[in-house]
Amino acid sequence: MSHAHHQEGWVKKYLWSTDHKIIGFQYLFTGMAMALLGGFFAYAFRMQLGFPGKSVPGYGLVSPNEYNALVTNHGTIMIFWFAMPVLIAAFGNFLIPLMIGCDDMVFPRLNRLSYQIFLLSALILIASFFVPGGAFGGAWTAYPPLSAKHQYSLTPAGATLWLLAVALEFVAFLMGGINFVTTVMNSRAPGMKWHQIPVVIWMIVVASIVFMASVGPLVAGAVMLLFDQQFGTGFYDPVRGGDPILWQHLFWFFGHPEVYVVLLPAIGIVIDVIAVFARKKVFAYKTVLYTAFATGILSFFVWAHHQFVAGIDPRMANVFTATTVLISVPIAEMIFVTIATLYGGSIRLTTPMLWALAFVAEFLIGGVTGIYLGSSGSDIYFHDTYFVLAHFHYTFVPIAVIGSFAGVTYWFPKMFGKMLDEKLGKLHFWATIIPFNFIFIPLFITGAAGDHRRIHDYSRFPDLARADLQNLRAIATVATVCMLVAQVIFFFNFFKSMKSGKRAGNNPWNANTLEWSAASPPPHGNFEVLPTVYRGPYEYSAPGRESDFWPQDEPPDGEAEPAQEAAE
Amino acid sequence: MSKPIATTRSATGIPTGRLAVWWVIASEIVIFGGLLASYIMHRLGHPEFGDYAAHTNTWIGAFNTLVLLSSSLSAVLAHQAAERKDGERAAKLLGLTMLGGLTFACVKAAEWTMEISSGFTLTTNAFWSFYYTAAGLHALHVIGGVVIMGFVARDAAQGKELQRVELIGNYWHFVDVVWIFLFPLLYIAK
Repeated sequence: MSHAHHQEGWVKKYLWSTDHKIIGFQYLFTGMAMALLGGFFAYAFRMQLGFPGKSVPGYGLVSPNEYNALVTNHGTIMIFWFAMPVLIAAFGNFLIPLMIGCDDMVFPRLNRLSYQIFLLSALILIASFFVPGGAFGGAWTAYPPLSAKHQYSLTPAGATLWLLAVALEFVAFLMGGINFVTTVMNSRAPGMKWHQIPVVIWMIVVASIVFMASVGPLVAGAVMLLFDQQFGTGFYDPVRGGDPILWQHLFWFFGHPEVYVVLLPAIGIVIDVIAVFARKKVFAYKTVLYTAFATGILSFFVWAHHQFVAGIDPRMANVFTATTVLISVPIAEMIFVTIATLYGGSIRLTTPMLWALAFVAEFLIGGVTGIYLGSSGSDIYFHDTYFVLAHFHYTFVPIAVIGSFAGVTYWFPKMFGKMLDEKLGKLHFWATIIPFNFIFIPLFITGAAGDHRRIHDYSRFPDLARADLQNLRAIATVATVCMLVAQVIFFFNFFKSMKSGKRAGNNPWNANTLEWSAASPPPHGNFEVLPTVYRGPYEYSAPGRESDFWPQDEPPDGEAEPAQEAAE
Repeated sequence: MSKPIATTRSATGIPTGRLAVWWVIASEIVIFGGLLASYIMHRLGHPEFGDYAAHTNTWIGAFNTLVLLSSSLSAVLAHQAAERKDGERAAKLLGLTMLGGLTFACVKAAEWTMEISSGFTLTTNAFWSFYYTAAGLHALHVIGGVVIMGFVARDAAQGKELQRVELIGNYWHFVDVVWIFLFPLLYIAK
């Protein structure tokens, strides 16, 4: 290939690269750095909640305004600058060309631009902490009128920078999404049929399409909110003929599909990892695809369950209760598929497998508690309590944290050519999973007892300022600190193994998908000889074969290597 | 930079560029769709919007509609020329389309100047907010289209990347279609 293997400077190689793997790493490392920031915010406001009014070590006193800004930006960062860049952009960029057997994305320069805009958006968000008035504190959902008027939000510059950062992030992911979908549609290796694409790639594609189809109204809504903030229009101002509920519709028309935008890639990773370490074919591959499509479509019809107490027509609430409960069917189906894949497999409890299994177990709690919130009757009681918060953390932590760890630990050998340390990996796993449950189980209880989400200090609420509830809050806080500290193990393992880990070889897990036939790490251009595909991705323990795996690109017996595609 | 092999493949049989432009258009449809749906919901709830809309100039709007639709014709002819590998002619025809786009933008500028000087600004009321936001977003798409078309025409004149003539044409038709929704919603329905 004409563009492979020439010497490049560091900047050109790592910062200005159009190579999909480098761009994937850029997203991965930016996402991890932002996750640390979001984690630090959680530490600060959890300390305030567990031990109110005490100075937080490493932060100081958390004032009510700062508390709001921390909570708001914790949510914003974890969704838009951690879950999305890592699960979709990092894995999407790294895996798509490798797993479909080509040398790069179809639009490498668009890909580079997408990361650059994403980086800019992250910098703008961080900058919003250093402007007069401080960072935006009107929650990650940014409901007007609080978000629309500076007199209410008290963050004239912060609110607009926040909005700008989110809008730019959308632009970056629209570009990335178009690239992903087009690449998978058109650049598959010769022989790779639709139903031979690995599940994780399918999930990233469906997620990209769902994102593309849902974010548009919010882009328009963000322009309107920007005008309300900066030019004094009244789109969301009822006094001037506007409607604040309109924002809630535009926001959640995107916001709820967004849950599935990050969920689907995580489930895809989990299903792929489980098949490899159960040494078994994915149960009902095609059903998984149809289920993903069904989830994608249904996700557009559930948004108003966020507005059960916002004053929507009760008849509408009934409809949205039904659709919301309905969407648990395809999700449950996917969980059953993972269990059915495990059944009768020869299970290997490697670190990535532990993460994948933990995803199934923990996400289940998130899914089941969602049913109470999707039902408009019980939601009226639970609305805006810590029960809701614990519920969506039981969905988002499995998605963003557990799913990412499953993916990173599984593909690390391919990314860096070295093996992660299994002992440290397992230690990190347990040190993360146990505290995670100790954070959010107590919060289900405080939430059911009536703890409202957006309270800086409960001491002024006699019904809630009880010792038993305060103890639960303190347990959650201590567990948060434990979970955050445990990440030191991960980063130590990550960077140490990158330098001095055991050499991985091309295919350390004996997996079938195409990326494992490339060198580890794959060179620019990925494959020495671009592969041809002969079978599906999950032919594990095929009867009549000696080895228990069957790479997608291994020619059937007695057939000669086909002629290679000519390079340009 | 040479293109990666990925870019030259076509597993679906649809050229990659065309596929991508369709996805761009799909994502744009939901942006304008969200904006227009918001407008229509407001409009239904506020009959007085009709009185405000009475101040828009239907004749100017109709003239711009004519200009924009005609400019799509030369975009189609440019595509035809590009199919015949006649890059020079395609470039000339694209130039005509660009002229249409620029005329549209100039007329729009004059129209807005008149309206703003008559006291109808972005913040006058919700109708005018929607009017300037929707038409403004559309006008940005027109101007962006003209700029990109300039690059495509420059390459086409040298016989390079002729497939892009079709792609920018598809985008241009989309911009047209958006206007076909905006014109009745903002000007005619009074």
